[in-house]
Amino acid sequence: MTATPERFDSQKRLGAPVAILAELTHRCPLGCPYCSNPLALDPREDELSTSDWTRVFSQAATLGVLHANLSGGEPAARQDLTDIIAHCANVGLYTNLITSGIGLTQDRVNELARAGLDHAQLSIQDSDAPSADRIAGYKGAFARKLAVAEWITQAGLPLTINAVIHRANIFRAGDMVRLAVKLGARRVEIAHTQYYGWGLTNRAALMPSRTEAEVAIAEVEALKKALAGVIVIDHVIPDYHARYPKACMGGWGKRGLNVTPTGKTLPCHAAETIPDLEFWTVRDRSIEDIWINSPAFNAFRGEDWMREPCRSCPRKTVDYGGCRCQALALTGDAREADPVCHLSPHHDKIAEIAAQSEDAGGVPLYNYRRMKLREPAE
Amino acid sequence: MEANQSNTVSKPCLPRGVRLKYDETRSEWLLLAPERVIKTDAIAVEILKRCDGTATFAAIVDDLAQHFSADRARVEADVRALLGELAAKRMVDL
Repeated sequence: MTATPERFDSQKRLGAPVAILAELTHRCPLGCPYCSNPLALDPREDELSTSDWTRVFSQAATLGVLHANLSGGEPAARQDLTDIIAHCANVGLYTNLITSGIGLTQDRVNELARAGLDHAQLSIQDSDAPSADRIAGYKGAFARKLAVAEWITQAGLPLTINAVIHRANIFRAGDMVRLAVKLGARRVEIAHTQYYGWGLTNRAALMPSRTEAEVAIAEVEALKKALAGVIVIDHVIPDYHARYPKACMGGWGKRGLNVTPTGKTLPCHAAETIPDLEFWTVRDRSIEDIWINSPAFNAFRGEDWMREPCRSCPRKTVDYGGCRCQALALTGDAREADPVCHLSPHHDKIAEIAAQSEDAGGVPLYNYRRMKLREPAE
Repeated sequence: MEANQSNTVSKPCLPRGVRLKYDETRSEWLLLAPERVIKTDAIAVEILKRCDGTATFAAIVDDLAQHFSADRARVEADVRALLGELAAKRMVDL
């Protein structure tokens, strides 16, 4: 975005955010081992209220946010989902439901469509039912999702299918694209697993070999061309085998905000793994105040925080040094270059991890995503 | 006919999930789709406003040529190029 409201211009030439990712709840019936939620999941009693969320979306729309991505956990676990969607539509936000499908009924899907939902994104775990249910840790999930996909398209809603790719399903990446076409999706996301949170704890069970990754990438790229005009394929390729890091989040604090179920507002979903960042909450502050002034959002904005090799690198305005959370996870310091970059002095750590996936033997058991019960009070 | 080619009797429209919106914050017209925000110039806005699912491709071209006193062949090429590009991204139905 080039045009920015005047109030941003004094602040690091900051533009308005494009998208808000609202994690309405961490409750979810599935246990996917690569879940992007934090290891410490927020319990129901700490979740924001309906009026908190409607206030947040009103403020976001006023600030210039265009897309409201309603996610979780499973957002359908919130009884007020229809009211939240109706409110988002009312304030002019483009509203996208990111769902596992579990917990939805046909009536509920129709209700969400009537409330003004713009688009639904449904996850699948695999194109093979037994494997999909094993990955989700939920028997019958796959069959249910096929029904939900049909309800979504019957309601006239545009459908995106989202599939996370890893060792157990990488041979079927192309099949998953074809399944998405069959389900009437206009768009499919094929995203290789990123190793944060649950994904990091399950990395040995999830990471494919380099050859497996290359075969799957080539197949999906070929389908992208073959299926142009039929389905849009958004392909997130694994960065462990890349030469340069990804432009994580399109730049820290540059494009979007992520609000957790309790109202904490983060520059990205994994940002809480970085120690000493001060996050503000929508319970105390407005979205505009957080966007412009929150210490966590300003921590890695611009280039002042960068070290070498980023500081003098011509790509620093292209990839912004990569991912801060990955830099932290693999080097112990969030200010380092993302070690995916071949110029990083820590790049050998990536090669080491990638090498482990080559001789992994049998698939280890998953540490399924589960909500830990609170310790009873003493 | 190719999926992303318009013929003169097709009636292009923005499908549900694709919205043309004037954004007050940025003072510009934007085309919103899942995970996409596309800036639209003045010509594209005039074309897309006419893609209502009732006007044919030919009628849209006629209307634009008349409204802007422009060469019809030139207008037709512009409309075909824009709609072809957006149809390939599934942002317009032809």
